[in-house]
Amino acid sequence: MTADLAVKAAGVGKVFDTKAGDVIALTGVDLEVRAGEFVSLIGPSGCGKSTLLRLIADLDEATSGELTIFGKPARRARIDQDYGIAFQQAGLLPWRTVGANIALPLELHKVAKAEREARVAELAELVGLTEFVDRYPDQLSGGMQQRVAIARALAARPKLLLMDEPFGALDEMTREYLQSELTRIATETGAAVVFVTHSIPEAVFLSDRVVVMSPRPGRITDVIEIGLGEVRDESLRENPVYFEKVTAVREALHGVKVERANER
Amino acid sequence: MTEYAQTASLVVARRRASGRGWAAAAWGALGVLAVAVVWELYKFLGPAEGVTIGQVEGQTGSGVMILPRTHDRAMPHIWSMIIRLGEPTSGGSTPPLFVTVAQAALVTLGMAAVGWLIGVAVGALLGLVMQRWKLLEWGLLPWVVVSQIVPLIAFAPVVNAIGNQIDRSGTPWPQWLSVAVIASYLAFFPIAVGVLRGLEAPDRIHVDLMRSYAAGYWATLLRLRLPASVPHLLPALRLAAANAVLGAVVAEVSIGMRGGIGRMLIQLAGQASSDPAAPWGPMFGSIALGLIAAGSVALIGLGLKNYRRGEANT
Ligand SMILES: Nc1ncnc2c1ncn2[C@@H]1O[C@H](COP(=O)(O)OP(=O)(O)O)[C@@H](O)[C@H]1O
Ligand SMILES: [Mg+2]
Repeated sequence: MTADLAVKAAGVGKVFDTKAGDVIALTGVDLEVRAGEFVSLIGPSGCGKSTLLRLIADLDEATSGELTIFGKPARRARIDQDYGIAFQQAGLLPWRTVGANIALPLELHKVAKAEREARVAELAELVGLTEFVDRYPDQLSGGMQQRVAIARALAARPKLLLMDEPFGALDEMTREYLQSELTRIATETGAAVVFVTHSIPEAVFLSDRVVVMSPRPGRITDVIEIGLGEVRDESLRENPVYFEKVTAVREALHGVKVERANER
Repeated sequence: MTEYAQTASLVVARRRASGRGWAAAAWGALGVLAVAVVWELYKFLGPAEGVTIGQVEGQTGSGVMILPRTHDRAMPHIWSMIIRLGEPTSGGSTPPLFVTVAQAALVTLGMAAVGWLIGVAVGALLGLVMQRWKLLEWGLLPWVVVSQIVPLIAFAPVVNAIGNQIDRSGTPWPQWLSVAVIASYLAFFPIAVGVLRGLEAPDRIHVDLMRSYAAGYWATLLRLRLPASVPHLLPALRLAAANAVLGAVVAEVSIGMRGGIGRMLIQLAGQASSDPAAPWGPMFGSIALGLIAAGSVALIGLGLKNYRRGEANT
């Protein structure tokens, strides 16, 4: 049963011990992400989106509650390479070519060279960078670097993709283009995605469900089903249902009707 | 897409980089020339006996000299220094000075190289250990810094004495090894600090990524920390090379080892009143030594070009 769930968080909390005292970054987070589902986390900065993602990735440890990834503890899932992760910065190693960057996780897990090369070619094709595998990161644009980072996150064929504002530093054009690409890739690979963003339209366009969070203390305040269907193309951005959902998320985010929020 | 523009800008960047190389060489030559001109200018304009204040009448050596003497015995012409290089080292049919200088420089270079290697090994080990265990950084780093305050002149005879003792007790310990050890004492410091800083250079995101790949300490060291440390390591290696040469020269003098350039410098300086241009031979020799040492390290840098890609960008 629980193995069908990519992520299951029950009463998860995180307290940071700082010099200035305890910071409650997250409290009482209950969240279930089904296999293959696309879920966005949205909320003002400081509401614990990154923290939640880092807990799922076992880059930090939860101080309370229970967190399982594909039915295992987060630590086990990390060691088993059950997830791939990408951040706002591409974080490519500047001394490695595009191909070598994508191959890094495979290299670390002793995948044979021939298999590695085949996989790199496949991934480069998937993100549309086949001609660039021998380039170095400093020879690529920001959008291309981010695509390499996504390919690298997919290298070990994870069933879960964790992304922390991966398009946050890109211009609007590149951003919309990569959003379409990401929905395509997520569908093709069948991976579940937990996607952190600041942007309401981005969250609505990409997600099956949008999780709305609120700060002080960081918690989940609302979950909105989007249900725009499988196909995510550019025409969707002009669809009235899309706008309805954008409004719904905005209202959930502000905690009041948007009209009221504007009057204040 | 903008592939052409990118390639073009790369070509321009490469051309600019090689242009920068020439400019650097030109500035270097200009600097040397400027020093020579200032030397000759002061020699021409300054008073032959210099300027001394607070001199007591009839008492030689009293007072403070604020401007050096300019006569030929104190300040030989640049050209006499150069001509002297071609003349026999100590008269008669002895080999020309530059040959003797080169031989002595080679001896010193050998000892400095061994000292450099010891320093690199010890410094790298210290840096690795300090990065791995924070507690050791707190415990060791202050001592590493304090070690450099102990003057070499005080430290050298101690090393020599220990070396002699080891030698007498049966294990052969040649004198050049003492010089190398003393040289390594100056060389290890920049390496230890450079390795420590270099290994801590990777961004948090890179460290997080390695953790997400479940990479252990050694895999992270090999794939991330060491490559990322190269930009910190190269200047440290260069500094260590210059320090090793300096240390070897000072060590030779203070433990009285023959054959090297330091000893030669002292010897010729002692005869300077009768042969003022001669000490400039080994002086130039030791400058050349420092340049050769630092230059050899720069060659290592050429092989590691890809690891310095981050430097120009971001
Ligand atoms: N390593 C840390 N140490 C102390 N406090 C932290 C740390 N990481 C995050 N926080 C705090 O936790 C809260 C949530 O941060 P974060 O998850 O980064 O928010 P978001 O990603 O939603 O902007 C913030 O108040 C932040 O200051
Ligand atoms: Mg964040």
